[in-house]
Amino acid sequence: MEAFLLQVLSGVTNGGIYAAVGLALVMIYQSTHHINFAQGEMATFATYIAWALIQVGLPYWIAFASTLVIAFAGGVALQRIILRPVEKAPVLTNVIVFIGLLVIFNAVSGMLFDHTIKVFPSPFPKEGMLISKYFSGHQLGSTFVTLAVLLCIFSFLRFTPIGLAMRAAALNPDSARLVGIKVSWMLAIGWGFAAAVGSVAGMMVAPIVFLDPNMMSGILLYGFAAALLGGIDNPWGSVVGGLIVGVLENLLGAYVIGTELKLTVALVLIVAILTIKPDGLFGKTVVTRV
Amino acid sequence: MNQLNRWPVWVIFGLGLLLLPFLIQDFRVFQLSLMLIYAIALLGLNILTGYGGQISLGHGAFYAIGGYCAAILMDRFGLPYMATIPVAAAVCFVAGILMGFPALRLGGHYLALATFALALAMPQLLKFKHFESFTGGVQGIILMKPTPPLEFSMFGQPLSEDRWLYFMVLAVTVIMFVIARNLLDGRIGRAIVAVRDQPIAAGALGVNLAVTKTITFGVSAAFTGVAGALGAITVAFVAPDSFNVFLSISFLVGVVVGGLASIPGAIFGAAFIQFVPNIADQISKSAPWAVYGVFLIALMYLAPNGIMGIINRRRRST
Repeated sequence: MEAFLLQVLSGVTNGGIYAAVGLALVMIYQSTHHINFAQGEMATFATYIAWALIQVGLPYWIAFASTLVIAFAGGVALQRIILRPVEKAPVLTNVIVFIGLLVIFNAVSGMLFDHTIKVFPSPFPKEGMLISKYFSGHQLGSTFVTLAVLLCIFSFLRFTPIGLAMRAAALNPDSARLVGIKVSWMLAIGWGFAAAVGSVAGMMVAPIVFLDPNMMSGILLYGFAAALLGGIDNPWGSVVGGLIVGVLENLLGAYVIGTELKLTVALVLIVAILTIKPDGLFGKTVVTRV
Repeated sequence: MNQLNRWPVWVIFGLGLLLLPFLIQDFRVFQLSLMLIYAIALLGLNILTGYGGQISLGHGAFYAIGGYCAAILMDRFGLPYMATIPVAAAVCFVAGILMGFPALRLGGHYLALATFALALAMPQLLKFKHFESFTGGVQGIILMKPTPPLEFSMFGQPLSEDRWLYFMVLAVTVIMFVIARNLLDGRIGRAIVAVRDQPIAAGALGVNLAVTKTITFGVSAAFTGVAGALGAITVAFVAPDSFNVFLSISFLVGVVVGGLASIPGAIFGAAFIQFVPNIADQISKSAPWAVYGVFLIALMYLAPNGIMGIINRRRRST
């Protein structure tokens, strides 16, 4: 029983990270209907920036905050420069551009910071804080940080005028434009948030899996699964989906198939969700007119 | 220039292809063989993505299946290397059909996503310990290069293993390109394109959408599987980590560079993914991928139809 609980709780920790990646994917999907294949590599790159800032001597939390700002600015810049020209292009063009970004970020991470595996510091104490029996310090801390960031994003979208404008732009771009919302800029801000949330996931997972240019590939896959399970146009759904996927992954790994086939589990999950229930648990059914 | 006057060009071109391996070193011959193999794989991906409009980011997985098929049959069952190629094609055809079923329900992004997941998961599946007696686990399988059946020299160069392989690969490449052309120029090819451009109209005209899409996936996977089998025979080695997600991405790069929905484009694309990394490698380890990425994005802006698009535009304007 004890071991089972341990697995569930560490699943929740992973789930928080998947939820963050899933949320980043949803933020972009919601407004542009594109799946950002480069999300994982963008997060890895942001994590490298954080690592470099810490190497320079900045305290962890200042480096953390600076990385968020840099990632946000980077996300906005990416949307304005690279993606805006192909906004209306066919799906294939967009997928190819995203894959292009993926390899560029991967290559640049490798070029600037070389391919050796790096240790990324954790800001949390080694021993557990309150329920040390079940949680290590980092697990508890990272769960807390990811949830806090998710909460911030939701409050921003829910309670601020810009958040409202962003939701309007995502829901009905034409009408939003008519009432004076700069839709294209709202998409750029969405990209900024996605990049920032992704970088949080990267910084939280780096102490566990160590930092290298391919760090996020497996996590991105679980992020996809989380986003799809929750319904890819529903931000709350991606958080719930992330937690479910995280716990499921841990339980399957511990009791059923072992850890060797983790990516295959994600593959099966993704294909199963897409074929059986493509709208996920909380997504809205898309009806197209022919 | 009409068709009749063109044949001398083709004869010279063909003779050139036959004599070329005796004019260059063994290692260059090996690279040329790999280029031709990639051309077959790209042709397969192009049938699906360029003509069929279904995006696959996971064709490296079919390449891997083809490669492992050939390797296992040669290593464990002692089949002659030539015989493994049709088997690899058949196995990949079935694998493609299996992947094609979910693909029926998945359009655009979602199919890209599912195949991307397949590409990411493939190395892990190949390493899986319960298959280890067949796949050799992390170590992979080491094969013997086939020995040439006859001995002769030309221009002072003997018919080495690599040169013999080149001729075998060349023969298969020609066959595969002829098959692809006949398939795509005919009724089936037009059905595939019709399903891509106007699915509803195609359905109304009596094209069976589900069958066409699934078969397209199967055929595409079979082409790539043949390439994988040839690749395993030529390199004489298969290992899980050589079939990672970046292999699938380089196939996509090749298709985009060569030109979507173009048969000869596959050759240009293959030349690009075979030789550009070799050149860029001299700058740094990551440089080839940076170059790939920049090319992918730049081509989408400047020449969405790749090299063949540029050639065709030239031809039309003159």
